[in-house]
Amino acid sequence: MSVLVYISTQAGKATNAGLEVASYASALQTGEVIALVAGDISGDGGLGAVGVSKVMHCADALTDNSQQSKLTKEAALSIGAKAVVFSGNSIGNSIAPRVAIAMNAGYVAGATGLPEGKTYTRNVFSGKATAHVQVTTETIVIAVTPNSFGIKNTGGSEAVVEAFSADVGEARVTLNGFTPTSSEGTVPLPEAIRVVSAGRGLKGPENWGIVEDLAKALGASTACSRPVGDMGWRPHHEHVGQTGITIRPDLYIACGISGAIQHLAGVNQSKVIVVINTDPEAPFFKAADYGIVGDVFEVLPKLTAAINAL
Amino acid sequence: MKLLVCISKAPDTTSRIAFTDGDKRFDESGVQFIVNPYDEWYALVRAIELVEQNGGSVTTITVGEASCDPIVRKALAIGATDAVRIDAIPTDSSQVARLIANYAKDQGYDIILGGKETIDNNSSAVPAMIAECLDLPYVALVTKLEMSGDEATLTAETTGGTNNLSVKGTFVMSATKGIAEQRIPNMRGIMSARTKQLQVVEASAVEISTQVDVFKLPPLKGDCVIVDADNPAELVRVLREEAKII
Repeated sequence: MSVLVYISTQAGKATNAGLEVASYASALQTGEVIALVAGDISGDGGLGAVGVSKVMHCADALTDNSQQSKLTKEAALSIGAKAVVFSGNSIGNSIAPRVAIAMNAGYVAGATGLPEGKTYTRNVFSGKATAHVQVTTETIVIAVTPNSFGIKNTGGSEAVVEAFSADVGEARVTLNGFTPTSSEGTVPLPEAIRVVSAGRGLKGPENWGIVEDLAKALGASTACSRPVGDMGWRPHHEHVGQTGITIRPDLYIACGISGAIQHLAGVNQSKVIVVINTDPEAPFFKAADYGIVGDVFEVLPKLTAAINAL
Repeated sequence: MKLLVCISKAPDTTSRIAFTDGDKRFDESGVQFIVNPYDEWYALVRAIELVEQNGGSVTTITVGEASCDPIVRKALAIGATDAVRIDAIPTDSSQVARLIANYAKDQGYDIILGGKETIDNNSSAVPAMIAECLDLPYVALVTKLEMSGDEATLTAETTGGTNNLSVKGTFVMSATKGIAEQRIPNMRGIMSARTKQLQVVEASAVEISTQVDVFKLPPLKGDCVIVDADNPAELVRVLREEAKII
């Protein structure tokens, strides 16, 4: 029984989110893993190495999710796939639910690991709990939480690329322009492996240089707490927490953030949490693996220097 | 213009999360319920603003039992025109979406709005599913919405950036931060909400395709290892040698 996996590409290569979901689809071990790519691909886009045997390639980079949904449904039907896997990122979350309805399939949003039988683990209550959800339909659509599974190289050989097209109708949403949130080469926050985040303890937007320096030294993305986003010190898209972005990097360094329950909800699935705060009673220390009780204005430059000295 | 805003009941963001009934159900005892923040602060408020500018009505729609009525009254107090509650226990995203779509299909709404996700179920799925049920265009994560006649211009977050989009005619969207500012209901709003219409409709027959076997709480963290503030190099060493993370 084959599995269809929806892959986004950038400059002809599968994105990290795409490689991760292809790895997930391979690990399901339910049969052949077939990727669907709408847009540029060079070679097999790096997908053979993560276990994809065939790429169904639609040359038209569709931008309307109703078209992407129709294309996915037709591709899944043509190969008789009983599972369709997406990344649970912004793009995947806009297409996968449509596909689930179109195919009368049970939908698992935010899956965080491989299923046991037809029971999937997913994040609920904004990361404060997990639900173990049994799907009762034959066909399943799964959106995998970014960074929850990782990219697993299977050493597979190059995938076969075949042209694929379907009647997807007209685009009804017109794309007039795209503005990248961050400079070229930086990873979107939900996919970041390392994140340096700062809060009100930084006292003002003009002081973010020391945060950015540390992030740069670590190759990390920057994030912020909600008050900082609300006060306009940092752009809204950097806000992590219950009402912002949920992240699960390998390393999360929180600088001058007290650790309110709403903030913790968005970051508590990080593998290692480091907290730097002047207040030893800050609740964040209870959720941290490592802590420094000290002034961020003194600690951060020293920490950056120590990392640069490696 | 005729707008429909999907609102959910959600536990207050500071609620202690616990489960009951063999950990199959959320324990609601002592929990304060609110309108799901994304539905309220963003989708509902922007819909009200558009109707204040252009005329028309904002109807809220909720899938839930009578325990939802207080949060529905709050939405009416903020400024919704009237409300519909589909009398059913919300179980999964596709059930909720199909119930709302079945109700909305003949009602001639210009825009159907929801928040980007609920803070309890976190599926980010219901608005997209409604769009599919009704074969309508869908725009996710909208941070800006302007209307000019029957054409909408939108700014929406996507992976790695923001899209500038336009849609003509009826569409479905999910709202996120930036589209509007939170509104606090005033006394006049609260008083008038008492007499606004809250129509309770019977649920149509829809299938449920998932069930929760069990809820679990995350394992507790061990003790935090405190590193001397004067010696950040020690932190670098433990991150490298113990945590093996850098």
